[in-house]
Amino acid sequence: MTTPKFTLALLALIAAAAVPWLGQPYLTRLATSVLILGIAATSLNIVVGYGGLVSFGHAAFLGIGAYTVGILGLAGLHSGFLGMPAAVAAAALAAFLIGGLSLRATGVFFIMITLAFAQMLYYAVIAAVPIGGDNGLRLDPVTFGSRVSLNQQTSLYYVSLVSLVAALYLCRRLVLSRFGRVLRGIKDNERRMISLGFFAYRYKLAAFVIAGGLGGFAGALFANLDAYASPELIHWTMSGDMLVMLILGGVGTLAGPVLGAAAFQLLQEVISSYTKHWMLFFGPLLLLIVLVSNRGVLGLVFREARRDG
Amino acid sequence: MAEPLLRVAGLTKRFGGLVANNAVGLEIGPGEVHALIGPNGAGKSTLVALVAGELFADAGAIVLSGRDVTNLGAHARARNGIGRSFQITSILGSFSVQENVAIAVQAHRGHSFRFWRAAEREEALNEAASAALRKVGLMSRAAAIAATLSHGEHRLLEIAMALAGEPKLLLLDEPTSGMGPKESRSLTDLFQELRGRYGMLLVEHDMDVVFALADRITVLASGRVIASGTPREIQADAAVRAAYLGDEDVPVERRHA
Repeated sequence: MTTPKFTLALLALIAAAAVPWLGQPYLTRLATSVLILGIAATSLNIVVGYGGLVSFGHAAFLGIGAYTVGILGLAGLHSGFLGMPAAVAAAALAAFLIGGLSLRATGVFFIMITLAFAQMLYYAVIAAVPIGGDNGLRLDPVTFGSRVSLNQQTSLYYVSLVSLVAALYLCRRLVLSRFGRVLRGIKDNERRMISLGFFAYRYKLAAFVIAGGLGGFAGALFANLDAYASPELIHWTMSGDMLVMLILGGVGTLAGPVLGAAAFQLLQEVISSYTKHWMLFFGPLLLLIVLVSNRGVLGLVFREARRDG
Repeated sequence: MAEPLLRVAGLTKRFGGLVANNAVGLEIGPGEVHALIGPNGAGKSTLVALVAGELFADAGAIVLSGRDVTNLGAHARARNGIGRSFQITSILGSFSVQENVAIAVQAHRGHSFRFWRAAEREEALNEAASAALRKVGLMSRAAAIAATLSHGEHRLLEIAMALAGEPKLLLLDEPTSGMGPKESRSLTDLFQELRGRYGMLLVEHDMDVVFALADRITVLASGRVIASGTPREIQADAAVRAAYLGDEDVPVERRHA
């Protein structure tokens, strides 16, 4: 990592850490949702950005994470030490099953199958009355011991911030590891990787499971933010939004998903305060960014010479 | 003779009505260079793909070092000792030259479900990669991004990637295609150096290269083996001359681009 980038990241972190001190609940809440979306987009970036697998069903894992926390709450279990790992495990298991089937397809078929699985889950959830059906599921935010409850806005904010930093660090280690090298190799030239002796399917599935687990974690945080597990979290528009964040920020870069999540959330907030047809203005703006820079917002900032040009 | 390195028997592959390989059989001994020649469309690349495991045969068997690999996938065959270069250059364009070879080493050393340690800092991988790059004379380009290399360098990189896996058998599908005469000659020299250490199945249109390297030659035409033998036997074979080599005294087929 070059020094100016590192300095910028550090400054951003300090600025982020200061947000709750401003004492503006609305702002803190908005910033929390940016952090959580950042984690969600980072998880999707593992498969899309580094693995070249365009999953259009990532919302399923967010939803599973959120509903895991909600269902445990129904059973009277409110400990975050149980809820958060359970959310990750449930989402990872779902990713194993969904990925196991959909990774047998490639290209546009893969996109459609992941979308289909997520939509199946969506309709199953809104039909499931015991967990609230289309009303969603109210829940009590989880607690960590007797001191920390994610019911408190500041606690949730800092838990989200630490989680995002940890997720980015994990992601960076992963990408540079043996596993990440294989994943990037498969994205570049799968046929070559197979002829070198790599069973590509297994690596893609492992990436899908890791991304799903991290997505589940983000979903569980969302449930705490809203004190509510919403079926909207599973809807295909959520999957689409996350892909837009990646494109907006820069696919296959470390900071891109976070910048994309921030830009997405802020633009939505600003434009929708003028008009409810915010997409009408957001769409062309997205198009413009994609046309001007092939690395999203990050590419605009750093204007990197493309390595593979 | 001991167990052959590769034994292919009765291999048949159909694409719809077209029989691309029709009961093809051949054997390659350890360290032997076996050239596969024949006119365009004879089924040479199909045979290479069948041996590599990219295609599966409709009938027949492929035995590698005594092990039946007919039903193994391409990745498993690579792990059993097959390295290959492709007819159309196939590399990881966005990776550095060094990392292209290091990942080939990685495929054969330990497993790759390691998620934490930086792969670039694994000296054992880097050293083996450098050794392979030195072998093909590409060490000076190690830091370059692979996509920026020249065509000739790409072909060498492919050979380095194949060698890095320490294969027993090299499948070389037209390694000199698109190369100038000088590059082609130095690649032939490289194969001369490697001969004896690796078995090679060499598909090649340049007859100079074939006759310089091959211990044995198999001639395919319309998916069938029409002749197999030493270079001298093949040159003398009437059927081969009629079907393929033509009536020229010095049989050199034009390279296609």
